[in-house]
Amino acid sequence: MTKNFGQFTAVRDVDLTVGAGEVVCLLGPSGCGKTTILRMIAGLETPSSGEVFFAGRNVTRLTPEQRNVAMVFQFYALYPSLTVEENLTFPLYAEKLSSAERRSRVADASEILQLSDILGRKPSEIAEGEKQRVAVARAIIRDPSCFLFDEPLSRLDVELRESMRAQIKEVLLGLSKPTVIVTHDQLEALTMADRITIMRDGIIEQIGTPHEVFAQPQNVFVASFIGTPQMNLLGVQLMNSNDAETEFLLDGEPLKISMGSKVSDSLFGDVTLGIRPRAFALQDAASPAAITIKSEIIEPMGAETLIHGRTRSDTEIRVVVPREHRIQSGECLHVIPDSGQVQLFNEQGNAVR
Amino acid sequence: MKWISRKDRAREVDRAGWGRTAGAAIASFIYFFPVLVIIITAFKKHTDALAVPAKLFPDFMGWLVPERLTFTPTLENFVSVFSRSFTTGGAAQDTGFDLFFFNSIFIAGSSVLLALAIGTLAAFGFSRYPLKGNDTYLFVILTTRMLPAIVVIIPVMLMFRITGLAGTYTGIILLYTAFNLPFTIWMMKSFFDELSPDVEDAARIDGSSDRGVFFKICMPQVVAGLAATAVFGLILTWNEFLFALLLTGVDTRTVPVAMSQTIGGDIGVRWGLLAAIETLFLIPVILVTFFLQNQLLRGVTFGTVKR
Repeated sequence: MTKNFGQFTAVRDVDLTVGAGEVVCLLGPSGCGKTTILRMIAGLETPSSGEVFFAGRNVTRLTPEQRNVAMVFQFYALYPSLTVEENLTFPLYAEKLSSAERRSRVADASEILQLSDILGRKPSEIAEGEKQRVAVARAIIRDPSCFLFDEPLSRLDVELRESMRAQIKEVLLGLSKPTVIVTHDQLEALTMADRITIMRDGIIEQIGTPHEVFAQPQNVFVASFIGTPQMNLLGVQLMNSNDAETEFLLDGEPLKISMGSKVSDSLFGDVTLGIRPRAFALQDAASPAAITIKSEIIEPMGAETLIHGRTRSDTEIRVVVPREHRIQSGECLHVIPDSGQVQLFNEQGNAVR
Repeated sequence: MKWISRKDRAREVDRAGWGRTAGAAIASFIYFFPVLVIIITAFKKHTDALAVPAKLFPDFMGWLVPERLTFTPTLENFVSVFSRSFTTGGAAQDTGFDLFFFNSIFIAGSSVLLALAIGTLAAFGFSRYPLKGNDTYLFVILTTRMLPAIVVIIPVMLMFRITGLAGTYTGIILLYTAFNLPFTIWMMKSFFDELSPDVEDAARIDGSSDRGVFFKICMPQVVAGLAATAVFGLILTWNEFLFALLLTGVDTRTVPVAMSQTIGGDIGVRWGLLAAIETLFLIPVILVTFFLQNQLLRGVTFGTVKR
């Protein structure tokens, strides 16, 4: 699918398949087109080119009410003039259910999301977290062909977000319908999704399981986007390579890492090394296998400590060490990258495997 | 955001304190004073109404003020509104004012409701399905209200003469509807513009048709706006004089016109009678405004409060 707004292309040639019962997260910085994709699935936007299929049926020309999707909006979009109960019942009228069936559906949904006490209230009279639960309940009360969530947790505070994340995940497991969640929060995506679609500027950068996008990012963007603290992306020169050892030049200083057989001759020259802050081990003395940095900022994070350091030529490197290591600011450290966790990206920023 | 009950909110308003409340009371009194004088005058005999200095107090308040400032209330003016003799000593005659009051209520009510129905639909259209050059159309609609009525009265009269609408209910109701439409459309459009489009998208996804979205989702949210628009329209139409003077006939005359024709006669201007008409004339507007007050307050503050 492609979607243009005037001159601006919000979504470019996106091809995405969501399996039955699968939860796919669209993840990316704001303005990358993920909400537009969701709205095209829902039928709220018409693709400029391309088509949408539900279970093999082309729904591109259908209106939202004909598509039978359930969507949870970022700002909940509860009906302000209706009570919580009426909000929940509203979608059921379109399904032409008997009133007994409606009542039992409302009872079930409000049971699952703990809304029984506030059924009689108006949306303006309930708390943020309750609004969120009503919005989810209004979606799951139906029997739709798929579920769409637009930044469902972005308006909740941290504590509520965590409990809602678990709750939504549990609800989604019970529903086993194709589900698309839009989020800019990678933790949300990593925890809730079966597969994550990472987007930038209207283009899909990578589709993979949470494990894949974390451990094997396809390019520099995905590598920098996924994982906190952010992955170190070091611009280096590839000098020499054999099966046992590959030699790089980092800021003019040699760095030897065992990269195996994936390094081909064509890569010699400028490449990027991706090393996660947790993929370093501390070592006592300098060696060609270690990077020497001077620690600058120390951020204790509880179980671990995040160290912001710089090499002699001012390249910034982030290292996470267990909290047992008492590092002082200004201290010199020799850190060895775990060769199994080092990513290599070619000059164009794509992963080399 | 914490939910504040209506009672708590009322208590918070009280916190302005007695000083400010007194200030507000004085200001309101000054605003209300002309209306008050009219209402008082409606209860005076002809001689009392002309007295200088004005007798502002009914005689049961005589213990409070000097006697020369008091008058004895009477209902005779109200009786003469509907039935009085037109010559000295002549028999009392029906003045036709019951018809004029009916006309005013019927004409103003119909045209406001009609304008509200048409204007709300138009406003929804302008807000949700903008035309190419949407603002131009909105501007053109408003131009009819940029001129004083007297400027357009001659072409309007010609149109009424040609179509045979002059002197009919249909004619004046259509004219007032056309008059009310511009600001009805503008006001209702601003109310519709304030609504969250997400809510309508949600309703569509939940299986609602465009019609359902409009009636079940949008309309309940703009009830306050409807009330505010209706009251403004009602007040404007209720008090309209010029068109009513020139375009209504003997049977379709409205109160303001009939009132003006009461001025004159053998004993000069009967201020008491005029005041009585005005007092009666006030009642319907006050009632409507009073019953819509809660909606009205929400209506005029709409959009100033964060969603």
